[in-house]
Amino acid sequence: MAINTIEQTAKNIVLTVQDYSLFSWRAFTNLFSKPRYLPDFLIQSDIIGVGSTSIVLLSGFFTGGVLALQSATTLAQFGATAVTGQFVSLTMIRELGPVLTGIMVAGRNASSIASELGSMVVTEQIDAMRALGVDPMRKLVTPRIFACISMLFFLTIVADAFGILGGGAVTVFLNHQNGTQYFSKAWESLRYPDIIQGLVKPLFSGYIVASVGCFYGLRTTGGTQGVGRSTIQAVVNSSVLIILVDFLLTRVLLALFPAI
Amino acid sequence: MTTPTEREPVLAFSNVSIAFDGPPVLEDITFSIAPGETRVLLGPAGVGKSVLLKLSNGLLRPDRGSIRLFGEEISTMPEEKLFPLRTRIGMVFQEGALFDSLTVRNNVAYQLIQEQVDDEEIDERVLEALTFVGLEETISLYPSSLSGGMRRRVAIARAFIHHPDLLLYDSPTGGLDPVTSTTIIELIVKERDVHKTPSLLVTHRLQDAFTLCTHRFDKAEGRMVPMPKGQTDPNTTFLMLDEGQLIFDGSLHDLVHSENPFVREFLD
Repeated sequence: MAINTIEQTAKNIVLTVQDYSLFSWRAFTNLFSKPRYLPDFLIQSDIIGVGSTSIVLLSGFFTGGVLALQSATTLAQFGATAVTGQFVSLTMIRELGPVLTGIMVAGRNASSIASELGSMVVTEQIDAMRALGVDPMRKLVTPRIFACISMLFFLTIVADAFGILGGGAVTVFLNHQNGTQYFSKAWESLRYPDIIQGLVKPLFSGYIVASVGCFYGLRTTGGTQGVGRSTIQAVVNSSVLIILVDFLLTRVLLALFPAI
Repeated sequence: MTTPTEREPVLAFSNVSIAFDGPPVLEDITFSIAPGETRVLLGPAGVGKSVLLKLSNGLLRPDRGSIRLFGEEISTMPEEKLFPLRTRIGMVFQEGALFDSLTVRNNVAYQLIQEQVDDEEIDERVLEALTFVGLEETISLYPSSLSGGMRRRVAIARAFIHHPDLLLYDSPTGGLDPVTSTTIIELIVKERDVHKTPSLLVTHRLQDAFTLCTHRFDKAEGRMVPMPKGQTDPNTTFLMLDEGQLIFDGSLHDLVHSENPFVREFLD
């Protein structure tokens, strides 16, 4: 009995991965053939990008602040409080900015995408769309994926900037250190590979957030309860995938840029 | 794109079967719809009527058998090739399936908007379709502010706006009060008699099926009127499903005189 359950669970996982891979491939390749829905891309960019700005801005600012607070205590033991700016900017840009933004956007948008599409499935709106001759993959999925990729890129830059700003505020107003030194260290320590590493990650995170949200939304079964289940699966799986892919990307990027 | 000839059926099922993780929902279904013909699919709830309707435009794929739509085999056709075919079909879903984030205008004009038709022409055609169903005053409202019957009529307007070559109605009167049901049936009779669009209508309400067959739309009076006693619409015929199998295919006369025990029980 237990073996059967394990076997069935394993099969379900393999099938889900297979379905997700095919789904992602179709959604991605749709961009290179007509019809394309530019207005939907712009609407989704507004919902995902502009709508997420405040949470990204606040989380970035306070994460930078916490980094400065925590690091100052440790760095003081070595008489190295002068490098707080370097520590905050490198950590924010290379790691915390992209990952934190990805997870915040996943919490807000993977859930909203999954619940929106899930509701459309259970009320037959997706079938109605297909019956009207419109491909839901092109109309709903592809614009969301590309809007999420492009917006997450810019949101990460916002999070990085406000993280450094938050670190600066804590350094100046709470740690009573020199602001000019903080910002000049934060700027001087940055190298192009750091920027590349920080800006490659959101491209993957954006793809994960939208594709996982759409995938679980369109697979919804079981009425309103099913919509709730899809929403939870979308948020949990996209968040875990973001962290997993971040780890793999970091490994690859560190190998590509060994000097950093 | 193939256009059916006069004699070629608009839609033809041949030995179609489908199952979902269990016993077959539909088994060996064979029937066809000729140009100008209205077929009423009867059967109790949960017998596979909606599944059959969704097979008709490729929303579901059969496990076995052949489905020819406008002369083309669709049971194995890739989804992307089905989309252009589906634009020639109007479908009315059980609960309307209106897009709740769009206004009535944008719901009715959905297909035209995707085809990037001019706004002026869209407004004109939406108004024409909404006037046909008697709901022109709802053009700027959202579906959530409409009653169940009104939503169903908007869904009919959405199906009619493109002047389709085939209409599929999935229980268009299900869950509605008798007065609203008659309004919906009158619209279907009007479409049948004015535009002669072939259609497949799914229902479990015998009264609606009989009204369809025994009434015609009087253009002069602008309303549905009963046909002379003993006369029925020759182009409106019946199908009946029971336990996944087609147990009846024929006219109203054949239906009421059928000796099949299930048909008799259903009629009684």
